Amino acid sequence: MSDEFFEVEDLYMYYRTRIGPVKAVDGVSFSINRGETLALIGESGCGKSSLAKSLIRLLPRNVEIFKGHIYLDGEDLMKMSESQFRKNIQWQRISMVAQAALNSLNPVIKVGEQVAEPLIIHKEVDKKTALERAREVFSLVGIPEAFIDRYPFELSGGMRQRTIIAMALIMNPEIIILDEPTSALDVLTQANIMNLLKKIRNESNISFILITHDVGLSSELADKVAVMYAGQIVELGDAENFYSSPLHPYSQKLMASVPTLRRDKTPEYIPGAPLSLINPPKSCRFADRCPFKMEICSKEPPVVSLEKGRFVRCWLHAK
Amino acid sequence: MSYRIKDQIKELFQYKYALIGIGILLVLIGISIYTVIAIPYHQATYLWRGGEGIWLDYPRNAMPSWINFFLPKKLPETIILDTQKTQKGVTKVIVPFGEQASKVRIELTFNYLYDDFPSEINLFYSAKYNVSSPHLTIYWIKPEGQRFKLRELTLRKNGAYYISNDGKLALNLQNYYSQKIGEEPNYVMSPEIGLFAVEDKSVSKLETATPLKGRYLMVIEGTLFEKNSDVNVKLVVYGKVYGAAGTDHLRRDLSIALLWGTPIALSFGVIAALSIAMIQIIIAAISAWFAGRVDFIVQKITEVNMILPFLPILIMISVFYSFSIWMLLVVVIALSIFGSGVKTYRAVFLQIKEFPYVEAAKAYGASSLRIVFLYIIPKVLPTIIPSLVLSVSDFVFLEAAMALLGLGDPVAPTWGKIIEDAYSTGALYKGYFYWVLEPSFLLILTALGFALLGFSLDKIFNPRLKER
Repeated sequence: MSDEFFEVEDLYMYYRTRIGPVKAVDGVSFSINRGETLALIGESGCGKSSLAKSLIRLLPRNVEIFKGHIYLDGEDLMKMSESQFRKNIQWQRISMVAQAALNSLNPVIKVGEQVAEPLIIHKEVDKKTALERAREVFSLVGIPEAFIDRYPFELSGGMRQRTIIAMALIMNPEIIILDEPTSALDVLTQANIMNLLKKIRNESNISFILITHDVGLSSELADKVAVMYAGQIVELGDAENFYSSPLHPYSQKLMASVPTLRRDKTPEYIPGAPLSLINPPKSCRFADRCPFKMEICSKEPPVVSLEKGRFVRCWLHAK
Repeated sequence: MSYRIKDQIKELFQYKYALIGIGILLVLIGISIYTVIAIPYHQATYLWRGGEGIWLDYPRNAMPSWINFFLPKKLPETIILDTQKTQKGVTKVIVPFGEQASKVRIELTFNYLYDDFPSEINLFYSAKYNVSSPHLTIYWIKPEGQRFKLRELTLRKNGAYYISNDGKLALNLQNYYSQKIGEEPNYVMSPEIGLFAVEDKSVSKLETATPLKGRYLMVIEGTLFEKNSDVNVKLVVYGKVYGAAGTDHLRRDLSIALLWGTPIALSFGVIAALSIAMIQIIIAAISAWFAGRVDFIVQKITEVNMILPFLPILIMISVFYSFSIWMLLVVVIALSIFGSGVKTYRAVFLQIKEFPYVEAAKAYGASSLRIVFLYIIPKVLPTIIPSLVLSVSDFVFLEAAMALLGLGDPVAPTWGKIIEDAYSTGALYKGYFYWVLEPSFLLILTALGFALLGFSLDKIFNPRLKER
């Protein structure tokens, strides 16, 4: 397991609100190998985006607790100061394609300059060299070079998404966090973007953390899958085993909700709503919606480790 | 959001109002450039502050000459006859007379074809002599041949014979007319009326008295007692109209102040509006972005500053430290930067601050200042330009208002200063409407130019107002 160069251990991130802390990221652990893609799936409001922001330390003002360990090549990023992190890690080794990527472009500067911005900020290279590099990345993500002089409003949604990806690529990072990279795009463009991401993954050694609520989409890219529920990872495993046989009842329900083309199956839904992250119960957080609810589920479920680094947080699999 | 400047300028030209506004502003800018080049500032202030000495040949409180186009009666222009200049109607003959002395005869003729009396008549002279000063007798001959002996003069080296103020002459004329028409004129006849009036019954009343049109002649005869003695005279028959703008109570040509008022008003307004808006935006952006304590302090300063009355403080400062117009500009800016604009812009910035692209910038490590200046401020600039253009005229008016209150620049000739002079000498009461209307017209024209341009810009930058 020497390849596991990025490792998150017991990461907590709580938001402060007037009625108590929101436990958006509540003890999350996972690891990725170089060049591997982790798909992080879960419903809206389960803490996926909060986790992504924690990883790149893009914290809102009202953070109450932010603790745990994030190891990159054995170095604990959590011990770094804000400025150290910004200087050495942010965007240079870990970059991000933000949610609502379509609005993530400054409307008043040209996309070429926008893509070159991180380079200008961090490497202090002159604008010309930065734009040269921007041109390279543009061709990598499949945007015609002429677009470099356009403003964001002159680009289509797909093109803008590619621009954002180009911006994430420009510093040659080791990890790119993709926070719902295709959420506002039509299906064809989605497919295009996914193909682009596949191409990038195949041609380089970049690891992706793909955050999505679209189980089908995640299967296209994922090497590993983590299912998140109410601020916790409830199941983590390699893609092959996960998609064929999910273990956690929530994962099973999630898979069952995906319509399939070949088999004659009615998509299911999960009754109830995800619970509030303010003051979650000590019990299993999924217990209220779980079809296999048992007596023991009122106690906090253990993390059950299985073969190949797979684990699941459920009493069903505890020995 | 469209941000192509070229396209927007093209769009601007589609609005007729914008074209009118731009036209007005271009004219004003043209006037400014011409003024600054043609009349350097020090020359302008010298002329404006120089006192009556410089302006002796100019009529007092004369209306602009173009007023004649609109009046049935033709008002007189100023006539100057100078023996030192070769001029039609001026002859000077010196004939030797004995050993030392010589006789001099000067004839000054001019055609007077106006329907109103001149406002004043003066004769300036200069004489060259060592001990014995020349002695002259001055005659006035009207077109119909009547001959008046005005005065005998023993000259000083430099001096003037103020014909209009000659009380003895006035009395003589009064008697002359009384005998001639058999009726005492019912007013105190001043020499300029007596010397020009038609000699019939009409002269008995001021309202009916009319000047006689025709060829007037002034003859000056005398003796020079020394060999190298010389004498020169200049007759000034002051009119009632002058130049393009008229003159004020100190005979000053108003066009100097009107011309110089243009670059001063434009630069004052533009600099004030631009710098106040820019500084307010920057303060608001910093306040919104850094939040917390910075925001608190900035907002408190703004609130206190908004409560303080602007004009009284400005008046107080300028009473204590009488200062130039540029100092006034600095004080106006200083008092305004924590104005209500800070509150408005901050509200907008608080929204923009949460936009995804700002978060993205944070994610790739852009510094706070970079985000403020490259991401947040440029976003609002297009919407601010129209109000900025509209606010220029506020500051032009403010400068005029300060001048009217007597708190303007003591040296610079400005529109406000003209209005102040007019106001303090009771111009409207005396009927000198041109004196107030000219600077007012320019002030309104300036405001109109900026307003038309501003409203059109508003339509372009503010999509909700778009007509097409």
